[in-house]
Amino acid sequence: MLASAQTSWFILRTCISERLTYRADFAFATLVRFLPIVTQVFLWSAVYAGNETQRLNGYTYRNMVAYALLVMVGRAFSSMPGLAAGIARDVRDGTIKKYLTQPVDMLAYLFWARVAHKLVYYVVATGPFVLVFYLCRGYFEQTPDLITIAAFAYALALAFLIGFLMECLIGFISFWFLEVSSLIFIFMMINYFLSGHMVPLDWLPGLFQRWPAVQEIARQTMTCLPFQYLAYVPASILLGKLQGHDLAWQLAVGTGWVVLLLAANRLVFNRGVRRYSAFGG
Amino acid sequence: MIAVDVRNLCKTYRVFRKQEGLWPSIKGLFHREHQPVHAVAGVSFQIERGEMVAFLGPNGAGKTTTLKLLAGLIYPTSGVATVLGYVPWQREIAYRRRFALVMGQKNQLWWDLPAQESFRLHKEIYRIDPTDFERRLDELTTLLEVKKLVGQPVRELSLGERMRMELIAALLHRPDVLLLDEPTIGLDVVSQRKVQDFLKQYQQEQRLTVLLTSHYMKDVQALCQRAIIINEGEIKHDGPLAQIVDRFSKFKVIELQFAGESLPGELDRFGEVFDVSFPRAKIRVPRNQVPEILSALLSAFPLEDVGVHDRPLEEAIAEMFTSTRATAPEPAAAVIP
Ligand SMILES: Nc1ncnc2c1ncn2[C@@H]1O[C@H](COP(=O)(O)OP(=O)(O)O)[C@@H](O)[C@H]1O
Ligand SMILES: [Mg+2]
Repeated sequence: MLASAQTSWFILRTCISERLTYRADFAFATLVRFLPIVTQVFLWSAVYAGNETQRLNGYTYRNMVAYALLVMVGRAFSSMPGLAAGIARDVRDGTIKKYLTQPVDMLAYLFWARVAHKLVYYVVATGPFVLVFYLCRGYFEQTPDLITIAAFAYALALAFLIGFLMECLIGFISFWFLEVSSLIFIFMMINYFLSGHMVPLDWLPGLFQRWPAVQEIARQTMTCLPFQYLAYVPASILLGKLQGHDLAWQLAVGTGWVVLLLAANRLVFNRGVRRYSAFGG
Repeated sequence: MIAVDVRNLCKTYRVFRKQEGLWPSIKGLFHREHQPVHAVAGVSFQIERGEMVAFLGPNGAGKTTTLKLLAGLIYPTSGVATVLGYVPWQREIAYRRRFALVMGQKNQLWWDLPAQESFRLHKEIYRIDPTDFERRLDELTTLLEVKKLVGQPVRELSLGERMRMELIAALLHRPDVLLLDEPTIGLDVVSQRKVQDFLKQYQQEQRLTVLLTSHYMKDVQALCQRAIIINEGEIKHDGPLAQIVDRFSKFKVIELQFAGESLPGELDRFGEVFDVSFPRAKIRVPRNQVPEILSALLSAFPLEDVGVHDRPLEEAIAEMFTSTRATAPEPAAAVIP
């Protein structure tokens, strides 16, 4: 166990130094990711037409900007650029052999590589994040209490794990179909809507207003899907929209998803390798 | 003690036939026709601990497939194999610690990092004792003459240097069995020699069991006493290398570079002329007549340069198989001793 922790630490370290070879490109990409928040502020101020007290689906203008900012934080944990595509490339060009002949577990390896990726990102992004949040502090209505902050931190960890496991799962599908880029695209589209990246998730059932039964089903379904943990859940925790029993329930369901996705990854990986091995590696 | 034991191993791939035309390709979306490719068709051999065996055959003979089977990357269609007592395709961690596979250009090194960092990662992955690791790294980098390069990002290394780093990465954990697929393919002569010399010395010192595929006669001759020849998935010969060189390489190639203005005529009275591009030409001549023909050539023409080469073993073997298949009623009979 200890030896394996040390191996993980080494994988982590090696991945960090690899990430750092492209630091200039990386720093630039990080800064570019802050641009959308400016457009978000403008967009929502246009939608609310400067009316500070108006509420849309329960969100004031300031709530909306705060939501957009928190979604950005959630996605800093849950988005996994290049993960699925990278796995597909490894399968296609044979790099996957490395994981099958060396005494390593591919999923663990990918996990530590991604942790390294994120850590380097946070080092670069923390400064800008702090600055943006400081400038936008006026949009937040109350200071969160300790329980909320703890729940938020837990939700961010879930965001990372669920994001990671879902992308890996898609990557492993390349054992069956070498080309998964359109699948990745569809996944990103679904993700955009169902994670609450586009608008808060509790707005979506409103689309089915005319059919109350459908609306209820949509609402129920959405609170069970894993996508919401990638952005909506952490954001609504910090905004104080999820509390008490509901909060505990959401976090429990999220934990359940981690376990389920982990099991699914193991299964799909083993099946995939078996298929790969049958077809010629 | 037997390290590699292969019995009646078969691997049949299914290749999908590409459909021509619109309607057949639409049908192909739902039901694809495939045909079997018998890449390895009933192969059996045994390799002793500490033996170095060459695995030869023309392109598509099934060499890489056999190595992939032994590395556990693919499952056989039928047959059995054990390496060091393990069934490779069960891919037990204990087995993974005891062998290494090096497949030409497919690198296990991190492209953007110095090789050193990949080596350190291997040290962790394979749980190599730190002092042992330092000693071995020192030894291997010295033997392969890449000591100064370990701190340089792998992408900046030449192909030959990279290959030597791959070998180090493969050997750091002291594997008992080494599977090498075309270790010198694409390398310059100097690197080729270095890799050969290294493998020879290292293998003898460590009593490593090595199975290597190559189509450079030089590699094979420098390194192995025994060769297994495979063609169309079947073993055609398994025995001392010396026999094969005599049997398969009845000809040598004399390469000439002329000093004159144009190519002299009547070259073909010396042998079969091919691959002519003035001022160079190649002549295929029987092995035992090389000295006479060479001196005749030297006295007949003004020459800038002369070289005598073995024909690529792979080529010789391939030709051998096509000719036996075309002429002999029993193709295998001519080859199996
Ligand atoms: N993954 C695969 N799918 C289908 N056919 C394959 C695959 N890999 C190899 N083959 C076929 O199997 C035969 C043996 O290939 P291989 O073992 O790579 O030969 P060698 O290494 O001796 O050149 C060839 O006819 C090749 O086309
Ligand atoms: Mg090959």
